[in-house]
Amino acid sequence: MNEVKLQDDIERYLSGEMTAVEHKAFDLLRKEDPAVNAKLAEHQEFTKILKQYSNRLALETRLDAIHSEIDVHTLADELIIHPSFIVRLWRNHHSKISVAASIAIFAILSTLFVTGYFNNQDSKYIQLSREVGNLKHKTDNLNLKLAQTANSRSGKIVATDRFRGTGFAITSNGLIVTNYHVVSEYDSVYVQNAAGKSFKAKVLYTEPQNDIAILKITDTAFKNLGPIPYTFKKSASDLAESVYTYGYSQDQGVFGDGKLTASNGLNGDSLDYQISIPVNFGNSGGPLLDSKGNIIGIVQAKQSQLEGVHFAVKTSYLLSAIDSLNQKVVLNTKNTLANLTPVQQLKKVKNYVFMVKVYDK
Amino acid sequence: MSKELNDSIPTDSEVILGILNNSESVLKRLYVAYFPMVLQMIINNNGTADDAKDIYQEAIIILYNKIKAGDFELSSKLKTFIYSVCRRLWLKRLSQMSRFGGDIRDFQEYLHVEEDVDKHTEMDIQFNKMESALQLLGEPCKTIMEDFYIHNLSMQDICERFGYTNADNAKTQKYKCLQRLKKLFFQQK
Repeated sequence: MNEVKLQDDIERYLSGEMTAVEHKAFDLLRKEDPAVNAKLAEHQEFTKILKQYSNRLALETRLDAIHSEIDVHTLADELIIHPSFIVRLWRNHHSKISVAASIAIFAILSTLFVTGYFNNQDSKYIQLSREVGNLKHKTDNLNLKLAQTANSRSGKIVATDRFRGTGFAITSNGLIVTNYHVVSEYDSVYVQNAAGKSFKAKVLYTEPQNDIAILKITDTAFKNLGPIPYTFKKSASDLAESVYTYGYSQDQGVFGDGKLTASNGLNGDSLDYQISIPVNFGNSGGPLLDSKGNIIGIVQAKQSQLEGVHFAVKTSYLLSAIDSLNQKVVLNTKNTLANLTPVQQLKKVKNYVFMVKVYDK
Repeated sequence: MSKELNDSIPTDSEVILGILNNSESVLKRLYVAYFPMVLQMIINNNGTADDAKDIYQEAIIILYNKIKAGDFELSSKLKTFIYSVCRRLWLKRLSQMSRFGGDIRDFQEYLHVEEDVDKHTEMDIQFNKMESALQLLGEPCKTIMEDFYIHNLSMQDICERFGYTNADNAKTQKYKCLQRLKKLFFQQK
């Protein structure tokens, strides 16, 4: 009760409701009792905050009322600085744009990957076909036109020589093997022997996936070749074996020798051997022989970026191609080259190696 | 309405006199006159219209209290003062929300008003304490406190409103309420 009385006194003292006598007495009390004085100060401070707080609330209410009369939305639209179209597009849609871009990049990369674009990038085959250059082609066209003009009355069509490769005999009765890419897309094929004599031939059988083609000489002028001097080696040959080839990379037959350098071709392709023979355009389809006179492959293609790396289709693929022929083929099993020097071997072999010429109409 | 008021931007001395005289119309004209400026500053610096309202009202309160306290010296334009306060408050708010990119787009020149803003922030802390103390106090104490200390009602009026049989009971009740309110207020950190 005493506390309540004191509180009441403090309030009356502060509000000035006390009589002069009471006021004096209370002043005396404040001096005597510091606790009363502290209490008074605290109360004064507290009520001040309370008062200010209420003033603040009242002011906020007034301001809110004023604010509610302002059309903030329209004002905001007028005042906001609109960045340029591109910036806005990016700000509003940057996540979508990013996702779309990522998907696009991923799609492109995966498409390239699936289509094998990356695999082919590093090293490309140059087919060893002896493609006559653009210049020659143009000259041929000119010649053709001239000839057509000259022969316009008889209407004779002059065929042009397009590709040249090499082929070699597998039987004495005129079966010749070459690369598929040498004869593909050409319907007229001639083979020319070492003596320079040409015979008409037809394409008997092809295996595009193994790049093998078997030709048959159909020309009536063709005589039996006589016994084939070389044999076909079925088993795989060893690395570092001395090998050689003979082929028409130029107008004349050219000999080339080297080593067997790898048992698989480009990117581990088991179709091929790798060889270190310096072969050129026109060597395609030529025989690859080891030092004993066994055919171990068909010279096939040249690797474009690595120096001195060339390929030859393994004999085992040739043999399976021969097996696939409709007719029965008796392969030579008696090797007459085994004990000869390379010089003597080549003298014999070259009679069984032909230049393959193709013509388009 | 707002257009019409916009056209009559009050002069600075008009505003000071008006606030000292509690003129409602001057306050309104002041408020309407400078709100677009602050709105522009805030919505172009990562803020919303609601943020602008909060910040602007705080600035107006600071100005209002400064004028009421009688220590306001017109050392700059009111416009510049309000803009500076809002700018300062908004920078503070942005850094609290960690949305501040270290760069603010300005539309006006500005002053350094840290002192005024800090003083205001201190007061705000006190008021927040008071607000939550009053909330915790509950009824009927809250109303008794407000009636007596804020609305300055006499004990006699309070007796009648709450149906106390005599003034002494009311006084005892008021005393208890006050003690609780003080306790709640001072306990808060």
